[in-house]
Amino acid sequence: MKPRLLLACLTTTDVVARAHAEFDAIIAEGPDDMTVAEVIQAAHAHQAEGIVFTNTLPFNETMFTGLPASVRVGATCSVGYDHIDVPAARARGLAVTNTPGVLTECTADHGMMLMLAAARRGAEYDRIMRKGWGYRIGQGDLLGVRVTGKRIGILGMGRIGRAFAQRARGFDMKVMYHGRTRLPPELEMGAEYFSDFHAMLPHCDFLSIHAPGSAATDKMIDAKAFSLMPDGAVLVNVSRGTLIDEDAMLDALKSGKLFAAGLDVFREEPAFDKRFAELENVVLSPHVGSASKETRDAMGFRALDNIAAVLAGKPAIDPLWKD
Amino acid sequence: MSRPVLFVTRRLPASIEAQAEQDFEARLTPSDIAISDMAARAEGADAVLCCLGDVLDAKTIAALPASVKVIGTFSVGYDHIDVPAAKARGIEVCNTPDVSSVATAECAMLLLMAAARRAGEGERLVRSGKWNGWAPTQLLGTQVSGRRLGIFGMGRIGREIARMARGFDMEIHYRDMTRLPPELEQGAIFHDNDDSFLPVCQFLSLNAPGGDGTRRWLSKDCIAKLPFGAVVVNTARGTLVDDAALIAALRSGQIAAAGLDVYNGEPRLNPEYPTLENVVLLPHLGSATTETRDAMGRIVLSGIAAILAGKSPSNQVG
Repeated sequence: MKPRLLLACLTTTDVVARAHAEFDAIIAEGPDDMTVAEVIQAAHAHQAEGIVFTNTLPFNETMFTGLPASVRVGATCSVGYDHIDVPAARARGLAVTNTPGVLTECTADHGMMLMLAAARRGAEYDRIMRKGWGYRIGQGDLLGVRVTGKRIGILGMGRIGRAFAQRARGFDMKVMYHGRTRLPPELEMGAEYFSDFHAMLPHCDFLSIHAPGSAATDKMIDAKAFSLMPDGAVLVNVSRGTLIDEDAMLDALKSGKLFAAGLDVFREEPAFDKRFAELENVVLSPHVGSASKETRDAMGFRALDNIAAVLAGKPAIDPLWKD
Repeated sequence: MSRPVLFVTRRLPASIEAQAEQDFEARLTPSDIAISDMAARAEGADAVLCCLGDVLDAKTIAALPASVKVIGTFSVGYDHIDVPAAKARGIEVCNTPDVSSVATAECAMLLLMAAARRAGEGERLVRSGKWNGWAPTQLLGTQVSGRRLGIFGMGRIGREIARMARGFDMEIHYRDMTRLPPELEQGAIFHDNDDSFLPVCQFLSLNAPGGDGTRRWLSKDCIAKLPFGAVVVNTARGTLVDDAALIAALRSGQIAAAGLDVYNGEPRLNPEYPTLENVVLLPHLGSATTETRDAMGRIVLSGIAAILAGKSPSNQVG
């Protein structure tokens, strides 16, 4: 008998096909990912043993109280797990997994794209073109900021931060980073470590955020942080919107403290702060850091692999905690 | 000794105009519109500093006053200047080589990634207020890391792009007239013909010069040889592309997305491009960084001064 699965988020056709092939699966049909109430109801009806979800589902005490005892494992199709109440999940005896590793390259690519687009005014230029262009742009007008050879500060030097650093080195950037602990030399690859985040900021021509969202990192980039950065810096965020004080960022974008920002994530999604859409000097993308077919497939497959392992009595491949 | 007279055909960055006024008796033009009375305005000038979009064909050059000894162009490319015609009149030409390679390569990488990752569509979705949430196939793009990149024209800009793309673990192929020495090739795979080159190009970056030798190189036949769903980037010259063929391929999906900084007939462009979602379009601003434009100004002004002083600077053309 195949294990019983609830696939609560919308995913690619290949992931759906594999879920059907390897599990007795109930699959979200859309138009959106299942809500907490829908997940609880479907889990009871199906006596689900495993649930695949993503960061649209708060996986917390409310959820756990409502779920049937049949559920033994939850797998989020994301690397971040700020939507998961880990202590509550542990207390209930659930296994919970994420999908680190498989979206590293794709997300780092997206961060570099946003950095270049912000520095070189890509979105603003594209809007000029779509209005028909048709005039000569003065040699001193609409100039962007050069990326090559500049200094980049990376907040959070995990897998994605390091992949971002590798790409930045292709642009001869001087890489600096802040994290809770210093990396060993083979991972640091010559990047300069700052134990004090604020001490790094005055050197950041560019700042890219790769730390996880959490209470500890909430509004880490605030008015004080912006004031410490060089004038005309460029900010990139492909991690979580909660790390930034968005009012302070809007001020910095309007004053010229920030030359530009490239943002894939927002404090509220998809109901993001519409004031960003009024600015020319931001490049906005709708939380698509991992949005390539290859990566989304890999994330879904990895979540299924984790569920299959746990339900077969084996250790999870990507557990959120070690017992 | 009176300072040489320099006629500048267009408005330039303020820092460059200041430098021009310091080094020359500068005749500035506070306008972005191409001038039509070049000969009259160059009367008595020792040198002309022009830009892309100023047409210095044989006829215009023949009409220049005898005082003109140098034409400097605020650009790397000089296909807008008839260099043999200038030489025949004893006029030397200089440009701004090297200094804009990095900025242009950055633009090519920006276009490559933005096209692949559907940045334009994402931007428009978010700004329209219609972003309602996540969907499984919403804006799924083409993965960049680890894929094969073909560079058509492995000059300075092509090699800069290769260096940047290696940070993304891309496998670099290139097509050029001759093979580079190993220290410039850096492991990139050389192709001496289009038939072996095109089928490997999951990403294709055009970096060859304009002119008759490359006119409409990216043709219907050429596009048919690319892998299905390839991504194409052009930061070189619009003339390399057959627009009708590219647009048809963007509609059919043979080319998944394109990023363009240059166009046939710019500053106009084929009106179908802006109607396509799967193109990212820039208004020929490959070199448009403050740092690069300042460097371009310095090198062309020093080139003009050197030629007028009887020297042969490294940025003298031909």
